[in-house]
Amino acid sequence: MNIELFLQYVVAGITYGTIYGIVAIGFNIIYNTTGIINFAQGEFVMLGGMAAVTFSRFLPLPAAILVAVLVTTAIGALIEILFIRWLHRPSVLRMIVITIGLSILIREVALHIWGESVRALPYFTGTSVTSFRLGGVYISPQVLWVVGISTVVVASLGGFFRYTLLGMQMRACAANRDAARLCGISAKNMVTFSFMLSAAIGALGGCIVSPITYVQYDSGVPLAIKGFTVAILGGLGNSLASAGAGMLLGILEAFSISLLPAAYKDAISVAILLVILFARPSGLFGSTEVTRLKEF
Amino acid sequence: MRGKSGVIIGIMALALFLGAGAQAAEPIRVGAILAVTGPASFLGGPEARTLEMLAEEVNAKGGINGHKVELFIMDSEGKPEKAVSFAKQLIEEKKVLAILGPSQSGETMQIKGIAEEGKTILLSCAAAEVIVNPVAKWVFKTPQKDSDAILWIFGQMKKMKISKIGFLSGNDGFGQAGKGQVEKLAPENGITILASDVYDKAASDLTAEVTKLKAAGAEAILNWSIVPAQSIVIKNARQIGFKGPIFQSHGFGNIKYVEAAGEAAEGVIFPAGRLLVVDVLPDSHPQKAILVKYKNEYEKKYKEDASTFGGHAWDAFMILAKAIEKAGSTDKEKVRDAIENLKGFVGTGGVFNFSAADHNGLGHDAFELQTVKKGKFALYGK
Repeated sequence: MNIELFLQYVVAGITYGTIYGIVAIGFNIIYNTTGIINFAQGEFVMLGGMAAVTFSRFLPLPAAILVAVLVTTAIGALIEILFIRWLHRPSVLRMIVITIGLSILIREVALHIWGESVRALPYFTGTSVTSFRLGGVYISPQVLWVVGISTVVVASLGGFFRYTLLGMQMRACAANRDAARLCGISAKNMVTFSFMLSAAIGALGGCIVSPITYVQYDSGVPLAIKGFTVAILGGLGNSLASAGAGMLLGILEAFSISLLPAAYKDAISVAILLVILFARPSGLFGSTEVTRLKEF
Repeated sequence: MRGKSGVIIGIMALALFLGAGAQAAEPIRVGAILAVTGPASFLGGPEARTLEMLAEEVNAKGGINGHKVELFIMDSEGKPEKAVSFAKQLIEEKKVLAILGPSQSGETMQIKGIAEEGKTILLSCAAAEVIVNPVAKWVFKTPQKDSDAILWIFGQMKKMKISKIGFLSGNDGFGQAGKGQVEKLAPENGITILASDVYDKAASDLTAEVTKLKAAGAEAILNWSIVPAQSIVIKNARQIGFKGPIFQSHGFGNIKYVEAAGEAAEGVIFPAGRLLVVDVLPDSHPQKAILVKYKNEYEKKYKEDASTFGGHAWDAFMILAKAIEKAGSTDKEKVRDAIENLKGFVGTGGVFNFSAADHNGLGHDAFELQTVKKGKFALYGK
């Protein structure tokens, strides 16, 4: 394998990895404040992409994306308020069943609204054939948009949790819900915020990747599986680690294609998930101590 | 008083008699198993809509031979196991005369045996040649043959002096069947496959796969699939700077695939039925009239572009209707024989000439080499 080919695989891997990473971050935010995995996370990504395609008929692209993100955020809040907020200390199993049910519900509603056809937003810069050459490697400008926007999201999330009052309140809830409540933080509101935030990030992700991957009423599921794998791989709850784990999985998948038939690509990521769950349940970057203290 | 009630009873009896008379022409029960939702919804969606439209139309005209058509459309979601249970249900419970569909080759192969066992006509809308080769007594199909599509493609490659290609196929039934045929026919036609790969229908980016083909030195890429992921191949190939021609199968015949690939679709070469290029077809062409009719009716009713896939369902339904008319009966055996003896039937896929040895009935000339110009389908080289 020459160096150009090697780099082309790396670029492909980074594209996959960023997409997975951004889904994984959505998982992490809700996990951090509630201790549950929101299996409807993939549906937020789908909703964002679908809504943006619809709005882009009436609005310029940036406005369409903004409105799509806001609408999905509102849906995230609504879901939390309607289905989760009134539950009193639900068990993990119950939450899993509820979120899986929600994911099916959202998918069916999307099928009725948009039908079964595949949609995509236009490329943000250039067209589907535009690419530029960098040291022998061809890169689509959309890949840069995806990587760039994802980087900004990860960075601003870090800042949000560290420096803003709301972010600190959410972290407090994640660390110790009872203590946070004693300090006057509304744990219930924080859970709503976390659903809104992860819906917003999912929706934004759905918008920026839709020119590359397309979006369909059921495209949330495969993304959620990959995102979940990455979230586990990085260590649940750690957004920065998810980004790194996403890259790792993406690049592994890209190189697996040069050796194995492409059909094995998904088998590889599931195999990795299993190995991690057996060998290092806390994830590559997580600490075993912390995992032991969490609820499951 | 007595006289009055006698009249009423008389009228009621008459009404009952007339009602019974109308009931005597029992509806013809036709099943359809289509991938209306799920990853193959690009096929099943238009197919289901086409069938609904046709059933409405036929029933408005009083049905076939005075029998109304009762249509049972089952959504297989593209899953073979669902197709299997629906096939059993349609044959055993609904006692249908015929099953139209399934949409995909994989599903069709799974229920081929069930149709044979249940002695029920199966008119598949799926393309793979294995469906009718070897011939099964009750199984027919309306889309053109894989091998003819491949011969069109290889013929064009020879004209362009291309002999080394990279080959990608989807991991669905259509892709697998095509892969088998391509690998079988390539050596006889002087085509060398330098690299090949199979991709998942849920794939989101295929840059790595096309990179592999480019690195192997492919002069052209042949991409054999019927699912939306095929558009990703075209896009990614152009993005990594692949300059050679890209060939697609007849599974590319939906304008949405072109829209999905955007500008990358320009110049793609593929064989397909004439529905896509009906606007530029000369009026003298035997298929022109029915193609225009189907396209206009479908597009008016559903406000979306007609595709060749919906056309396959059109052919399946109309072949069945024609056969029932000819047989003058709704007896399964007689209708089946009528299909097998149907000659010169003009459909959207071509002119069908069925025989005991050919349950597809379409020849090499059912295809026309096509391309994409400015986001629209056009005849290649014209």
